[in-house]
Amino acid sequence: MTMLAAILALALGTFLIRLAGPLLRNRIALSERAEAIVKAGATVVLLALAVTSALMVEGEFAGWALPAGVLVGGVLAWRRLPLAVVVVAAAATTALLRLAGVA
Amino acid sequence: MRSRLLRAIGPELLRDISALAAGILIVGASFGAIATAEGVPWWQSTAMSLLVFAGASQFATLGIMTAGGGLLAGVAAGLILNLRHLPYGMAIGGLYWTSLRAKIFGTHLLIDQSTAFALAAGRDPRRARVAFWTVGISLFVVWNVGTVAGALAGGFIADPAALGLDAALPAILLALVLPGLRDRATLLAGVVGAVIALVTARFLPEGVPVLLALLGLAVMWRGAGAKEAAS
Repeated sequence: MTMLAAILALALGTFLIRLAGPLLRNRIALSERAEAIVKAGATVVLLALAVTSALMVEGEFAGWALPAGVLVGGVLAWRRLPLAVVVVAAAATTALLRLAGVA
Repeated sequence: MRSRLLRAIGPELLRDISALAAGILIVGASFGAIATAEGVPWWQSTAMSLLVFAGASQFATLGIMTAGGGLLAGVAAGLILNLRHLPYGMAIGGLYWTSLRAKIFGTHLLIDQSTAFALAAGRDPRRARVAFWTVGISLFVVWNVGTVAGALAGGFIADPAALGLDAALPAILLALVLPGLRDRATLLAGVVGAVIALVTARFLPEGVPVLLALLGLAVMWRGAGAKEAAS
């Protein structure tokens, strides 16, 4: 019963958070520069999300296998390889390192 | 109609999405399997995936609830993780802010990957719109199919960590933000933001550090270079 309440509360809250972005954005008239900054905001958050989830798990260093895989994927993406290659290379690097006993 | 839709999406986007979708399918399956292992009925984990559609928060809320952490703590942790969708909506909400139906469904499909794909599509709003909807809808489908399959099959599903999927997902986001980082001011803001997030991740609850990364945008306010770089 509490699980169901949690699911509904999380769903409603998440929808409202998602809704708040465009509503806020439409409420204020932005200069061209402010517009560029708002757009950069999403990029900055996504980059921070990628970097923190590559290096940290629950506030601790994630070990070497995980960042190594993300780094390999990042380099391949930078060399403009297709995303499918990036995904497989990142996953394979981390998986093989773990298989070899690297944490 | 269908072929026109496929042409609008394009083989490149489809190929990029299929790799991502395969990964999300497996993570969804692991979510369902973990929920079942914790004694959550399959229809509840499925309802969560359908109604919330935000992986990290689902894992967090489920984990806290099944560990006996209580309703308030469980929901709060999930919602804090999801606060990052607010800047996403501000940045790309315009793409689906058309009819009422598009607003409702677009809002529900606003996730890390649909945002990242839309941003990576660049300045062409038509391409960005196609990317947003294609990624949002495909991932919604595989996330929910994965959840049901995992919840019913339980322990038979492969472990995402053993497959290295925890590396694949950040790598995808990294790949998709790279074009945006070609702008010098954005790159500087991103690097400052990532450092802030990394340092604060040691002591702040998950979800807050990536929001604090927005402080990195201060360098864009100050730098007069922002305007030059944008042109």
